[in-house]
Amino acid sequence: MNDLSNASRRRFLKAGAAVVGGGLVIAFTVPLAKRFAGGGEAAPAAPAAAPAANAFLRVGSDDSVTVLIAHSEMGQGIWTALPMLIAEELDADWSRVRVEHAPAAPVYAHTVFGMQMTGGSSSTWSEFERYRQAGATARALLVQAAAKQWGVNPADCRVENGIVSSGSHSARFGELAEAANALPAPDKVALKEPKDWKLIGKATKRLDTPEKITGRATFGMDVKFDGLLTAVVARPPVFGGTVKSYDAAKAKAVPGVRSVVQVPSGIAVVADHFWAARQGREALSVEWDLGPNAALDTAALQAEFQRLADTPGLAAAKAGDPAQAMKQAARQLQADYSVPYLAHAPMEPLNATVRIGPDRCEIWAGTQFQTLDQMVAAQITGLKPEQVQIHTTFLGGGFGRRATPTSDFVSEAVHVAKAAGQPVKTVWTREDDVRGGYYRPAYLHRVHIGVDDKGLPLAWQHAVVGQSILVGTPMEPMMVKDGVDATSVEGVVDSPYLKGIGAHRVEIHSPKTGIPVLWWRSVGHSHTAFVMEGLVDELALAAKQDPVEYRRALLKDHPRHLGVLNLAAEKAGWATPPPKGRARGVAVHESFGSIIAQVAEVSAQDGRIRVHRVTCAVDCGIAVNPIGIAAQMESGVAFGLGAALHSRLDFREGRVQQSNFHDYVVLRLDEMPQVDVHIVPSTEKPGGVGEPGTPPVAPAVANAVAALTGKRLRELPLRLA
Amino acid sequence: MKLTVNGTAHEVDAPPDMPLLWVLRDLIGLTGTKFGCGMAQCGACTVHLDGTPMRSCITPAAAAADRSVTTIEGLSADGSHPVQRAWAELDVVQCGYCQSGQIMSAVALLAANAKPSDADIDAALSGNLCRCGTYQRIRAAVHRAAELSKA
Repeated sequence: MNDLSNASRRRFLKAGAAVVGGGLVIAFTVPLAKRFAGGGEAAPAAPAAAPAANAFLRVGSDDSVTVLIAHSEMGQGIWTALPMLIAEELDADWSRVRVEHAPAAPVYAHTVFGMQMTGGSSSTWSEFERYRQAGATARALLVQAAAKQWGVNPADCRVENGIVSSGSHSARFGELAEAANALPAPDKVALKEPKDWKLIGKATKRLDTPEKITGRATFGMDVKFDGLLTAVVARPPVFGGTVKSYDAAKAKAVPGVRSVVQVPSGIAVVADHFWAARQGREALSVEWDLGPNAALDTAALQAEFQRLADTPGLAAAKAGDPAQAMKQAARQLQADYSVPYLAHAPMEPLNATVRIGPDRCEIWAGTQFQTLDQMVAAQITGLKPEQVQIHTTFLGGGFGRRATPTSDFVSEAVHVAKAAGQPVKTVWTREDDVRGGYYRPAYLHRVHIGVDDKGLPLAWQHAVVGQSILVGTPMEPMMVKDGVDATSVEGVVDSPYLKGIGAHRVEIHSPKTGIPVLWWRSVGHSHTAFVMEGLVDELALAAKQDPVEYRRALLKDHPRHLGVLNLAAEKAGWATPPPKGRARGVAVHESFGSIIAQVAEVSAQDGRIRVHRVTCAVDCGIAVNPIGIAAQMESGVAFGLGAALHSRLDFREGRVQQSNFHDYVVLRLDEMPQVDVHIVPSTEKPGGVGEPGTPPVAPAVANAVAALTGKRLRELPLRLA
Repeated sequence: MKLTVNGTAHEVDAPPDMPLLWVLRDLIGLTGTKFGCGMAQCGACTVHLDGTPMRSCITPAAAAADRSVTTIEGLSADGSHPVQRAWAELDVVQCGYCQSGQIMSAVALLAANAKPSDADIDAALSGNLCRCGTYQRIRAAVHRAAELSKA
């Protein structure tokens, strides 16, 4: 579970004034990141806390409250949820709350992961204390300032809607900001009791809507300033390829092309605008050394995975003696499940804008990984990390792709700007994005299960074969233990089903293929939920039991799992027959601190699977913003369903076969099911919501298809014919 | 080449085959219209040409000469168009990148069909991808915009 840093260890610092109308500035540092969520291993020390304070919120003399968010808004709604935490404790006037992305600085390091980043569905729970503390600290200072001014006891002051009052006195935040700023920050502030919350738990509309419905929102792609050029990079057709030679004459002849420069990733054509750069790249002639991966082939990879699955792997989980227990089994099930490589394909193609000066490098990017981008840019430019200034823009979708440990798209843009000697925005085309690597790895699961005479599992042997996303990255020391990448087996080794089986063994194989791989929304759970929930469904049907009843028996010691399972079943009408020609399937899966159950209602026509409805029950602990949680569940379903029904990447002769949305198929509006979201009321600490909605949908649909057709589909994307 | 965008005349120096999308974004500076695929597969670049929705990423600038181009920026000065109001009311957006295109497609649909059915919406907007999966709210918001337009 999520291990929040100890709030008492935090030091609160108050920064100097001189910000927005002499406003109040609250900043604080977290001395050390304690742990990595899930892994349990000690994380390396966070970057030293900066003595210079950066602000988490500013109170302007115009009464505005500006919240600086240390995480990146990529659609998940933290532009709204984090300000809610501050405004709750501050008793701010919500209509005066403004939001900005924080700059890149150590003070904004993730409270658990120790660097500035957005991922792991962690923004809300990891900031749940820090942002409330910031709000409460600012409130205390404003109250002190008012009390001093009026000669009253601070305890006799009340705060509501951005106004401090006591008896006949009252003052707006803006009037008190400057005086508050001159006061020392209190050592300790009390946070509200949950019963006193006014904002937390209230359905709150997004604060970024006005700019996103008018075209005013600035994404990385939209950054512009005088003198900014655009580059398009020709990259090798095969991962690991390099430039042997190139001829830029024709490219340079394209009107608008300014220069053609070589960078580590390929050849960049730099031009006045995108179209000239792209035309220039078309005209470029490059001879590639294809390197060691020119024979990459999907069928060959699958055959290799099959071979590996039958060899001994590294133990990722073990209990009892499954081989011995298997002998007691009344029946056995052997099954292979597999999933393909997948691209994230966010709507905004990758891009980054870089301007390098003698003592400064400025980067504008929609990134999830500011600290790494900063470090890598510093290495490339020879500057210090603090001389690299990152302007985080809105992200046109992330899903993990904008959190690359190699800082691929940002570092490339730094190389291009450096080589061109001018400010450059490096833009990827959709084809570049689909073929640019950093995929969700393909996985094969080979599972052998023995059940007793009641159909309950008593032995479970499980081999997982697929690339590690962490080996060779800066995260390896934290999240790879004894060769086992925790993200390859999450959702299996911590499965509540497995915990209940006395004899089990999970083995892992992490072949290296030359294909760059990465986390993809819900990471390991994107395949393990499909496998575990498919298998449990198979066991239920083999035992001639109702899939919900069967799960209830296995989950009897897991009340939160049971809670969502029962709620989803009830709301989906599980006890009543589905409409004619349709069937229902269920799945329940925990990830990122939240537990989700989904019931999918499907039909099939001419071999095409149609998902009509998904009933989703979510237990994410304290529900900070219910409307945002519902949005993330809908979003997770749509993202997971596109992958369940359509998406796959294939390799032939080293080349990615898909290139754009015509052949890398994702969900479109006409296939969007009705998604009904039900939130379990909870006082548990908040869990994540950005990713957990994705894992259950593929197995819920596959299980519904099995109920409908009798056909068990064990491969994604699901194919009936 | 002369272009009229959101009622304003622009003289641009663009090769005739340069897609309208890049003329709007890189030459005129209207970045509300988005690049998503470059081959009319995602709809992020949707604009109106004389009121008809077009994928500006494959529309040569020359085809827009002497015609009236409307982009998201031209829909309303302040987000008050009924479709924008419906989008805000139903909290549709997530990352927001595709939403200019979604809204332009929805506006064109409602101009042609004041009371679209779910099937009409599916047909008109399935060319607009959204990776955040805001589709359910888009459907609801189009219905809501139809109501708001009537009022």
